[in-house]
Amino acid sequence: MISAPFDYVRANTLDEALALLAQNEDAKILAGGHSLIPAMKLRLAMPPLLVDIGRIKDLSYIREDHGQIQIGAMTTHYQIESSDLLKKICPLLPECAGHIGDVQVRNKGTIGGSVAHSDPSGDWPAAIIALNAELVAVSKNGERLVKADDFFVDLMTTALEAGEILREIRINKSNDRTGQAYAKMHHPASGFAVVGVAANLTLDRNGGCEKASIGITGVSSKAYRALAVESALTGSALDEQKIANAAAHAADGVDINGDLFASEDYRRHLAQVFTKRAIAAATERAG
Amino acid sequence: MKQAISINVNEVDHRDEVEPRLLLVHYLRDLLGLTGTHVGCETSICGACTILVDGQAVKSCTMFAVQADGANITTIEGLATNGNLHPMQEGFWEKHGLQCGYCTPGMIIAATQLIDRNPNPSRDEIRHGLEGNLCRCTGYQHIVEAVEYAAKKKADL
Ligand SMILES: Cc1cc2nc3c(=O)[nH]c(=O)nc-3n(C[C@H](O)[C@H](O)[C@H](O)COP(=O)(O)OP(=O)(O)OC[C@H]3O[C@@H](n4cnc5c(N)ncnc54)[C@H](O)[C@@H]3O)c2cc1C
Ligand code: FES
Ligand code: FES
Repeated sequence: MISAPFDYVRANTLDEALALLAQNEDAKILAGGHSLIPAMKLRLAMPPLLVDIGRIKDLSYIREDHGQIQIGAMTTHYQIESSDLLKKICPLLPECAGHIGDVQVRNKGTIGGSVAHSDPSGDWPAAIIALNAELVAVSKNGERLVKADDFFVDLMTTALEAGEILREIRINKSNDRTGQAYAKMHHPASGFAVVGVAANLTLDRNGGCEKASIGITGVSSKAYRALAVESALTGSALDEQKIANAAAHAADGVDINGDLFASEDYRRHLAQVFTKRAIAAATERAG
Repeated sequence: MKQAISINVNEVDHRDEVEPRLLLVHYLRDLLGLTGTHVGCETSICGACTILVDGQAVKSCTMFAVQADGANITTIEGLATNGNLHPMQEGFWEKHGLQCGYCTPGMIIAATQLIDRNPNPSRDEIRHGLEGNLCRCTGYQHIVEAVEYAAKKKADL
């Protein structure tokens, strides 16, 4: 389990990291290393150069600015899980973080690394979609904003281009009639999501569902927005029947993954069950 | 190309030249001779290789030694002070928290962080907090009791 040889540079600033990426086409960013190093040990990845961004100070933060939550890409799962600010203003994030791997993994793994890696069973992409986050990508040529819906392109493929680094994740703060929840079926061996559903609901003043945003991971080659579920929820009060009817659309139009552990049919069923659970929990919290 | 690193392990400074692909666990075991840190799975699952890097429990098979340049590391060899066992070590001793001992160094390190973060954990919280560490012998019950013992002992100190 020894990686192929590579060169290693620790970048002290974002500019330094961007310059190294621009000069070395095949270089890879090293964040928490908890997806990349296992892949390198299996020689599934053999980058000639690793650019370690782990010590760049201003990439690790959680803050609130004019109604917007900003999270630096190098913020660890544990920092998010234990953030009192996020527990108050965006509880979906700490809840989702607590479902990732184990304590040691959460100490090292970062939200930016997860999102950039776009593992089909990774947890963050579901939450990023449900929260309608915006992702700040930076390159030598400047910054651009990518919406969550445009970010996850395919299996382990994102909208990030060569030479770009994900710098920050931005989420608009929600009002106090919002309820959020993450429901996950853990793979019994790996702990990754067989199915993970993030629900983010806002009720109107009469208790009807004003906005519903549902992100689902684990089911397909990439995390996706469950549009049919969202539209079935919006517009009226959410009772058990309404929620069940909506959740039945969880995997509509999706190319479902089947594997040794969970067949296509079983995954479709799990997607519906966990969507129902996530929505029910979010509805309760919104009230 | 080899790179110079300087790492403080158990309050001793070490300087070495290492290949970037050298895993931290191999650095500790093979170069420093600190074989208390075990290698179980080598695939980030079992937790036998858990050490503290700047106070945080980390699986040292999933980190390169070069990443730890400048860090302060604690391994199982560094827990006792002046020949006195750390409360967590004492807990494992008193409550029979081990059988073969293979998982024990990683288990003790992870449990040490657990009671640092949560000084009075419930049994549920202990089990949840040690989910990154596998034990094939004890059935975990005695490990949970060892952690409870250590938490109490630490609070009484
Ligand atoms: C035992 C174990 C269990 C796990 N369980 C889960 C789980 O249950 N759920 C889950 O979601 N994940 C799980 N993971 C994965 C873990 O969350 C990883 O930490 C995460 O997927 C990747 O984050 P990282 O910081 O470690 O990134 P790295 O491994 O360092 O990088 C991953 C990829 O992203 C690129 N990259 C990293 N940061 C950036 C950036 N800022 N900009 C551009 N590109 C970047 C890298 O070049 C690399 O290609 C598990 C991992 C392990 C080892
Ligand atoms: S040897 Fe590191 S987790 Fe098993
Ligand atoms: S005591 Fe044998 S593996 Fe835990």
